[in-house]
Parts: sequence; C-alpha cells; structure tokens
Amino acid sequence: MKVTVERAQLLKSLSHVHRVVERRNTIPILGNVLVRAETAKLSLKATDLDLEVTETLVAETGTGGSTTVPAHMFYDIVRKLPDGAQIVLEGDGDRSVLTIRAGRSRFTLQTLPENDFPDLAAGDMTHAFSLAAADLKRLIDRTQFAISTEETRYYLNGIYLHGAGSAKSATLRGVATDGHRLAQLDLALPKGAEGMPGVIIPRKTVGEVQRLIEDSEAEIGIELSQGKIRFTIGHVVLTSKLIDGTFPDYGRVIPQNNDKELVVDKKDFEAAVDRVSTISSERGRAVKLALSAGKLVLSVTNPDSGSATEELEVEYASDALDIGFNSRYLLDIAAQIEGEAAVLKLADPGSPTLVQDRDSKGALYVLMPMRV
Amino acid sequence: MTAGPSDGPLCFCRDCLDDLSFTAPRCSACGSPRLVRHRTLPALALAHIDCDAFYATVEKRDNPALADKPVIVGGGRRGVVLAACYTARTYGVHSAMPMFKALALCPFATVVPPDMAKYVRVGREVRTTMQALTPLVEPLSIDEAFLDLSGTRRVHGMIPAKVLAKFATDVERELGITVSVGLSCNKFLAKIASDLDKPRGFTALDQDEACIMLADKPVSFMFGVGPATQERLSERGFRTIGDLQRANEMEMMKQFPAEGRQLWRLARGIDDRRVIADRGAKTISSETTFESNIRDFATLERFLWRLSEKVSSRLKASELAGSTITLKLKTADFRQRTRSQSIPVSTQLAVKIFAMCREMLTKEIDGTAFRLMGIGVSALRAESQANVADMLDLRSAHAERAMDDLRKKFGSAAVIRGLAYEGPEKPRQQ
Repeated sequence: MKVTVERAQLLKSLSHVHRVVERRNTIPILGNVLVRAETAKLSLKATDLDLEVTETLVAETGTGGSTTVPAHMFYDIVRKLPDGAQIVLEGDGDRSVLTIRAGRSRFTLQTLPENDFPDLAAGDMTHAFSLAAADLKRLIDRTQFAISTEETRYYLNGIYLHGAGSAKSATLRGVATDGHRLAQLDLALPKGAEGMPGVIIPRKTVGEVQRLIEDSEAEIGIELSQGKIRFTIGHVVLTSKLIDGTFPDYGRVIPQNNDKELVVDKKDFEAAVDRVSTISSERGRAVKLALSAGKLVLSVTNPDSGSATEELEVEYASDALDIGFNSRYLLDIAAQIEGEAAVLKLADPGSPTLVQDRDSKGALYVLMPMRV
Repeated sequence: MTAGPSDGPLCFCRDCLDDLSFTAPRCSACGSPRLVRHRTLPALALAHIDCDAFYATVEKRDNPALADKPVIVGGGRRGVVLAACYTARTYGVHSAMPMFKALALCPFATVVPPDMAKYVRVGREVRTTMQALTPLVEPLSIDEAFLDLSGTRRVHGMIPAKVLAKFATDVERELGITVSVGLSCNKFLAKIASDLDKPRGFTALDQDEACIMLADKPVSFMFGVGPATQERLSERGFRTIGDLQRANEMEMMKQFPAEGRQLWRLARGIDDRRVIADRGAKTISSETTFESNIRDFATLERFLWRLSEKVSSRLKASELAGSTITLKLKTADFRQRTRSQSIPVSTQLAVKIFAMCREMLTKEIDGTAFRLMGIGVSALRAESQANVADMLDLRSAHAERAMDDLRKKFGSAAVIRGLAYEGPEKPRQQ
C-alpha cells in the first residue's frame, strides 16, 4: 500500500474517527484505526463495537491496500506534522508496519492485520430518509440534556426517535427523559420515514453525530433498521447499534389539562433563576416560584448560607400558586427556549409542569416539581 | 480577682473532688487512692471519653449474674467479637476477633448476642450527659467522643478535669457503665491519654510528656499512617515517632508534600483539629455476613433487598436522602470489592437503592463466593431537598410509602415484598 494525502485533510478525518476509539481498550484491535487505500481515495474507519465511523478522503493512491494502526498515536503524529505537508503512507505487508513520511520526518508504526478489524455488520436497513442538518442538529440540541445517565434504566440512555402525530400532520419526533424532566421535539416527517420503527439512539452516538454536523446547510442521510442506524454526513458515515429496549409510554406524563398559564421573558427568567440559585451551594437545590397576578417571585433558601429573592414581571392571571423546581433542571430547560418567551403551564405544586416556546413550534418540555 | 486559666488545683480526688497537695498519696478527706495529678492540670481542656468494653458492660449491668464471668458480645457461627469484657480480655480475647478463635481462647465465656437498639439507647444517654457539660461534643462512634471544655470554667465553677471526673462518677452511678477519660490539649493526645489507664481511668497528658512517650512508638501509632504511608516513611528511615521528632519540618514537607507537615506536627504532639459538634451522618449503611458463603445471584438478591429496606428505613427515619449508592462485597478469601454509582437526584426509596445495587451486583457475579455484602448511601442531604418524583415511575414510590404506612401501623411483618417472601412456614409439598 502506498498513498499520498494532504495533512490538513487527513488530520480533519482522523479527528472525526479517532474520537470513537476508547482510550482504554482491553482488545488491542479496537485501539486501532483501519486505513484503506483505493483508487484516488483513502478511507479511515474506527469502532468501539457499538459505533463505527468511516470517513473517505481524496488521495493519490500508488498501490491499494489496507492495514490498521493505533488510532490516537496516528492522530497525534499527523497533528504534529507541519501545516501544508504532504503525507506519504506506505505499508509493508511482510513486516507488518506502516511508514508515515512527511518532509524530513519519518515514523514507523506497528500494525495489526486488517482481517482482525471488527465489522459492525449493519445488515439491511429497512428505512431511508434524509433530514436537513439544521433540523437534525436542533432535534439533538433540544433533547440531549434530558437523556438519563442511570444505567439501571438503560432504555432511557438515549434519544427515542420515532414517527408521531396524525396522518395529516405526521412528525418525526425525538424524546429524551430521565424521569424528572422530559424533552420532546417534532420535525415534519421526511419522505421515507413513514412506518419506521421507534428507535433509541445511544447517548454516545448522539454526541458524535452532533459534533460531526459542521455545515448546517447540508442534507444528512439516515438509514435505519430495528437494530442499527446509519448517518451519512458529508464524507463521514456513522453506523451505530441502537439501544435494545422499550422506551416507556412517555405520553402519559405530558400534562394535557394544566390550566394555569405563565409567560416569562426567556432571558430575564433564565438570568433570574441563575442569580438566585447562586445561594444553593450544592446542585439541585429547590427554587421556589411564588406566582400571583402579573408577578413571579423566585427564591432560594439555603440553611447553611442564606437566601435570595428576585421579583419578575410576568403574564399570569390565574390563582396564586407556590411551586418549587430543582434549580439545575429549571436552568437546563430555560436554556432550550429559542424564542423570546417561554410559556409554563402549571396545575398544582405536585404535578408535572409543561414548558413551551411561545414563538417556536415543535418543542415541549416537562418538568417535575419539588416539594418546597 | 479572677482565676487565670493556669490557676487551680494540680491534684484532686476523683471520688470526692477535694483539692489535694501535689504529693498526697491518698485523698485526705475520703481516703480514696484514685487521684488526678498533673503539673498543668488546670490548663488542659480537651477530653476524649471512651466507654469501657461498652456492649459487654451494658450486658453485665442488665444481667448481674454475668458480673464476674467473661462475657463476649457477638454472634452467629461466622460472627466476630463485637466487645469483650475485661475478664474475657485477660484470656486474650479482643474485639473484631473471629468468634471461633475467641471461644478457643476462652471456652467458658458467656456469649451474648448483640442488642444494638439497647446500646444505641445507652449511648444516647451518655451523649446527653456529655452535652450537658459543653455544646462542643464530637461523637466518634456510639461509645466515644471528643469534648472541648475550654472556657467552661466559670459555668461549672471548677476546672475541666474536675468536671470530667464528676462526669465519670455520675455516669457510673446513674447509667451503670464505666468510662475512661483522656485529658490533654488536643484531640490526638486526648485520644492517646484515654487509652493509657483503661478501664475506669483518668489520664492527663501534656505535650512534653506526650513527646517523650511517643518517641519510641512506631510511626503507625499516629492516625492517618496506614501500611502504605508507613512503608514510604520507613524507606526514608523514619520508623519510630522519635525519628520524625528529630527531623526538620521543612525537610519533611519537601519529602512528603502531602502530609509531611502534618506528620511532623503530630509526632510532636501538635494537632490543631477543632472539636466539631455533631457533624451529622455522612453515610448510612448496613451490611451482613452470611452464615455460609453465597455465590448464587438469586440468594444474594434476597439479602440485597433486605439490606436496601434496612438502609432505606434508616434514611426515612432520619429524613435524609442520598445520591451515591455503594455496594460492598467481601469474597470468601477476604478480598473486598466496592462499587458505587451516583444519581443526579437523591433518593431514600428502597426500590431505587435496590435497583442500583442489583445492577452493580450483576456485574460481580462470576462464580466467586461471597461472605459479606453491604450497601451504603452517601452524599446525604435533607429529604425535603431530594424529592423530585420520578414521573415515569410514580407507582413504585407510592407503593413503597403505602408499605411504610402499613408497617408503621401493624408492624414490620405486616407486608413483605414478593422478593423477600420465603414461603409459608411449612415446606411446600412437591
């Protein structure tokens, strides 16, 4: 194998794929990246057995071939080579080494046989559709924060992507929840996604896809089946296993009849919550919201340090109500609001509260209160 | 004229509290030989109080027939000695010793199964008595505590040493148990002092005496020096505390950046940790040693549930919730494994604690036989700050609260989870 490639291109591709490789690996081959030279192109592939990323870049191929080298070391070498360098990769099948040359630098890396490199064996995908990068990014950005980290309920460790809505206004919906808050975002159902199975995309995959979306103008190809999902983002193809579990019937926790409506200015509200929660030394202390006509009083009391109060002018016309929320969770949700105002629909201090964006459609959040 | 902190008697009788001359052999008033004598007695105000063979003493108090017999508190075939009375100790029995070994040394000892609830009750009574002396009482365990009596002289009308001597006789008379008192100028020395004259002892110790006494003790005598630190110290030639006393403070700090200064100071009997009253529990935990080793998941799971319920009920009783759950396992060959996990929202629910521990336990099942299992909940906070309910699973929380209510009304056996139910009394016919 002999191939010449531009340093900047190689570095960018490696930066995409090497992230998938876990720093600590008990299986040596999983620490490697697969390098394959074909006519006029070079492809790089890395996997952690749940997730596989392949990127193809333009290269000048002398002789084709493939091998695997330690991913992080390869990345570090390329990163340290001078900008603008032309890098020559040359494999020697007999000695199982890969030589990397650029200018006067020369590295020889030990390789492991390509045959040992695992293949995620995606199998047949049953559904294929495409989404605007900006839409997919929004779906991830708005729901990611609510993904549970608790391993006991592994089926909550991802975003549940599925078809929803009625036949007339069908949507592609992403939902994430950890039982204490829930985030849901609807996009128009793209062509090809009709009848797709509901899938749970693992957190790591979600994070990788989010990082790979650089150009929000682009279209992203999505293919999926019962067990796998594949994203095609420019020259990168990311294939991932899905979480094998049943996402709970989240619909029943979304309140339908909350009649007390509160409208707050997003920026003012977020800043006020942030300010009063300074008093809570530990994360997760309660912020009390005292509501009365046209007025919201936020307060935090910490027996160890003191208290904080802030008053906001709001749109509120229902009966007075006192309700408490975890300050961290309230901030997380306030941060999701894209428009100028947030609408909170409340029932009573013990029931879930619905939070929506007044100006932007498709997103909704549910937050469980705390007793204060 | 007010008395300065160093004015006051240098010698007094522990039984009648009469002041005596420094060289008196016995109390001139009551004839007691139990005197407290120290050159700087009025200046010492930091005490460590330790109940003597606490569990065993309580058992002897409640059953006078045991008074002159060797008594060991502990239990089960696999249990360990929790406490041995001083009679049993003369045979070489000591606490934390495996029961079979203790009984080999002292075959005619009376073994009493522990009654923790009773010890906790008596321990509380002792603590209440301590708290009447000073608000600065820092409990170390159920039967020992540090007391800072600085500045209490005018309140009590006597020097701290006398207050403590009176406390010891009061406890003996009213609660029927004996304590040993160590009086010094800091925690480290007070703790050493209380151990010098056990049982029923009273030792005053100042820094100069401590330096001499500590000099030929091994470095591991100081708290915070475990096998690893001991090893590192001995590599540099520090074997006894005397070696550390001779070292230079700066050199020590250079050689042991993390603890050098602290070691150097402790070696010289300097310790400026303050007595902190009631720091509250940091962890609530429970563990059990199995009658015989267990390797199978289903059996462990049943024990796990019981432990979860126990820890949960203690959390509920103290109105606490925690967000770090720890599972502890000890293998048949005494290797300890601890695994822990944190959750964003604190919990006090048995179902939740159980679910998390179960998850951790499944990963440890590999054919290993375990002899002990325990669970602990830490990162504690008040329950009122921890009750973001789980929207997806409101029912299991409701069910647990309902079970708690039933138990409160009809006793703990009123309702049992299927998991912990071991079938009707009689074995079922196949």
